[in-house]
Parts: sequence; C-alpha cells; structure tokens
Amino acid sequence: MSISTENEQLAYIASQAADARVNVEVETDEGMTLNLGPQHPATHGTLRIIAKLDGEKVVAAEPIMGYMHRGYEKLTEVRTYPQVTTLINRIDWLGSFANEVPFILAAEQLMEVEAPPRAQWIRTILFELSRIANVCLFLGDMAVQVGATTPVFYAFRDREFVLNQIERVTGGRFHPNFDRIGGLKDDLPKGWIEETRGALDRMKSFCDEMEELVLGNEIFQARTRNIGVIPGDVALSYGLSGANLRASGVDWDIRRDANVGLVYDQVDWKVWTHPDGDSFARFWVRLQETREACNIIDQLLGSIPSGPIMAKVPRIIKVPAGEAYVATENPLGEMGYYVVSKGDLTPFRVKIRSASFSNMSITPWILKDVFVPDIISILASLYFILGDIDR
Amino acid sequence: MGLVESGKMPKPLTKLLNMSRRYSMWVYQWGLACCAIEMGAAFASPRYDVMRLGVIPLPASPRQADFLVVSGTVTDKMAPAVRRLWEQMPDPKYVISMGSCANCGGPYWDSYSVTKGVDQIVPVDVYVPGCPPRPEALLEGIVLLQERIMNEDMAERWKGDPIVVE
Repeated sequence: MSISTENEQLAYIASQAADARVNVEVETDEGMTLNLGPQHPATHGTLRIIAKLDGEKVVAAEPIMGYMHRGYEKLTEVRTYPQVTTLINRIDWLGSFANEVPFILAAEQLMEVEAPPRAQWIRTILFELSRIANVCLFLGDMAVQVGATTPVFYAFRDREFVLNQIERVTGGRFHPNFDRIGGLKDDLPKGWIEETRGALDRMKSFCDEMEELVLGNEIFQARTRNIGVIPGDVALSYGLSGANLRASGVDWDIRRDANVGLVYDQVDWKVWTHPDGDSFARFWVRLQETREACNIIDQLLGSIPSGPIMAKVPRIIKVPAGEAYVATENPLGEMGYYVVSKGDLTPFRVKIRSASFSNMSITPWILKDVFVPDIISILASLYFILGDIDR
Repeated sequence: MGLVESGKMPKPLTKLLNMSRRYSMWVYQWGLACCAIEMGAAFASPRYDVMRLGVIPLPASPRQADFLVVSGTVTDKMAPAVRRLWEQMPDPKYVISMGSCANCGGPYWDSYSVTKGVDQIVPVDVYVPGCPPRPEALLEGIVLLQERIMNEDMAERWKGDPIVVE
C-alpha cells in the first residue's frame, strides 16, 4: 500500500486499529485481556482465545473460531458421491481414513448395499490404524504443552511406521481416499499383514515408553492432576464425545454401543474409562486406547476372511432419495454425517457432526478460574483439530 | 551507508556472507492445516531432520525469522494475519508456499471462504505442490531456496520467476 497524503495515512492507521486486538494485551478497569492466537503454537492451528484475566487467574475465556472454515458442507453439494471422500478426508487431517467411513456407510445405507466381509475387516483395520496415527501425535504434543520437548520427537518417529503401513495399502500417507461405496479400492498388498504386526510392536513399545517417560513424570502429574476437571454430567450436557467423555467416567463408546458397518463385535476388547475427568485422565484414556487399538488390529489381522473387496454397485453412482445419519467413534470422538439425497449424482445436503466442535464448546466453562499456564495444558488435553472444529 | 547497501561488496565477501546466510536460516512456521503436520514431520521428526540443512525451525517471533513457510489453507479470515506477520519479518525475507491450498486453493478452488493462493497477499519464492506434499518435497524446496540465496547479489533482492519444486 502506498501512502502519499496525510489522509491516506490516517485511513491506513484506522484500518490497522480495527484488528489491533490481535496479539496485544489490553489493560482495562476490570483487569487484563490476553489474546492467544490465531497463530499460536499451543492452539494446534488457528484457534484464537480471548481471556479476561484477574492477575494470573482467568475470569472469562472466549474461543473465536472460523480461521480454518473451508465450507465443506456447501462444497459437498457440488461434488459427486465419490468425489466427496476426497474433500472430507481433510476434515480431521491426522486420522483421515476415519473421516471417510461414516459418510460412505451413510451412502451405503441409502443405496442399500453392504460391503463384503473382507472389505469391512480391512476398513476396521485401517480405521484403527488412523486412530493410532492420530492419538500418537497427541501423546507427544500434550507433553510439549506442559514443557517436555522430547516426547514429540518420539511421537513423530514412531508415527512414521504407522503412516508407512497406511501408505502401503492406500498410496497416501495422509489422505488415503481409499473407501468406495460398496467396498474398497484395492486389496491388501502382499506381505502387508506381517509388516503391520511389526509396526504394531513398535507402537506398543512406544506406549510403554510414553507411560514411563510422561505419565509417571512428577512434573507432568503436577501440571495435569486435578486441572481442568469435567464431571460426567457436565461432559454429557456439553455433548462431549470420545476419550474426553470416557475420561469423565461415562462408559460410552459408539464402537461397542452403536456400531454400524464395522466389525468391532468380532473382537475381544475393552472400553477404557477413568473416573477423575482431569487432564491427566484424558491423557491416560488416550494412551490406553492406543494400546487397545493395537490389540484390536492384532486380532483382526489374524482373522481377515477371504473373498471380494467390492460389492456390486453401478458404475455411475446415483443415491436414491432419502435421509441417513451414521456416526462412528473417530479418534476425536463421535463423527457423523447426516446425508440427504434427492436421487442425484450429488448429495442434496450433508450435515457434518464433528467431534472437536462439540468438545470445543466446553472451553468457556472449563477455562473459568484456571491459571494462565493451565489454559494451554487443558486445551491440549481436550485435543481438538482445527479442521474438525471449523470444517 | 555500508558496503552491502551501496552494492559495492567485493565478490569473495558476498560469497562468504551468502554462505553464512544460507546455512543459518530461521524459519517461521505458519502451520494452518494438513500440511502443518507434514511440515512438523519435516522439522521435528528424526527421520527428515531439517536441522542438518542448517535450518532452525523455532524462532520466538517472526521478527527473528528469515523465511516463512505457509503450509495449508489460507482462509479469508486468516489472510490479514498472514500479511501482518509477514510484514513484521526483517528483510531479506523469503516465502515458501507449501501445498496446493496455499499455492492456488487446491481442493477448495470453489469454496466461498478460502483465499485462492497465498501469493495474492505475500510474494512467494518457492511453490511446493502436493496435497499434502511429502516432507521430502518441502526439504527440496528449502534446498532450492538455499541455492538461490547462495547466488544472490547482496545489493538487490534476486528478481525472477519463483521456483516450483517438481
């Protein structure tokens, strides 16, 4: 911008002053206003939090979202059904495969097709692998937010082994776009099962390492025990889901209680809960869930049935008119798609119920009367992904 | 008025300074979306390890950074902040646009809320295509940027077409 006259300069200053709240601290009569973000290392992306402080205590905190809003719900209305999976991969970018599954299941429900057993098995395996890839980063990142740098390097190191396995099947490290209506794009490559067992061993030792390195650490416990406590009834009333809910002692898991289309009923596994509801409990539950995911995959790998991986579906997919809602237990919590079809090539309307958005809604409540450093650790323990919040 | 500003820097000295700049680059990470995780893998994981290239990934503020990696979708709401922090960086500064979204909008080319290309708001030196690009692609972009810095004349900013990683 070229500034030549005094008036232009004044106009420029006025335009800058409008967003001068970004990254400044303002003192008012009631205390101080602290702005966090939108570009802040502790916010997992572009979340902005405006906190009103009284000394070191937070009086009120307001999250401001929308910095990552990409308009998924509107975009899905102009994409055909196979194209939609390309987009919705990118909602929760750490566990991408898990995003496709509920949408595909909803479309399958409308078309009244069912994927063959082998496809269901492989779907469940990839679903749990993406859960590991997702939560693995949380385990490292949570430690970073309370001041330990090393675990995140371990997390990135061991996550590569899981990503390699996902890449070997789907061709994409991050965004597989592998799920099709009626099955999967390809079968497993040769030797994949054995290699995956190796990767799982690696992940199990990673979990043990994290348990010793982080969970048993005195400083970590001091920063997380009795910090950010969410009682079970509050968690339910705010619509929390996933590990955040289970860490508050509510025994609810869609994989066990409302399972659709995936083969969790074929395996012997356990839903982990923790009665405390604090940051420590959320970390603990996620750690146990990573182990449990390894356990689930281990059992499924041994029992994959043979057969086709694709049901009979027409070449050009037109979904009959109707409505369907399917939710699955994604790494971050309940993720569901409400698909309305009018019998066209494209969905008429897709409502995305993403886990982080609901988990996020508790922040004004939970950030009340905490200390400033605890904002970071509580937000980290709630574990949201900005693409999942803003969509 | 020093030698650098006047453009009368002796060639060997230029080379020495350029080499020093090349191998001590502080990068400001602007992680926005999926690409931020691949950027994190390139910068923080032992497998890719960007520090062996002489890049230091954790400056305390943009005022200490030499180049900026915009990784991910820039939305219209975020765009003013990108411009603002880019303006805070000291010259000479460079920008790497990582991923299709930052390059041109990517899969959100018809979205109502996405800025179609970060080059609309800041000048971009290196484009790294991919959705998301692998960490190796980002590392190649950084190496190409370092080569450009090595051949740069100290008096004026290198002017020419931006680099596209292939």
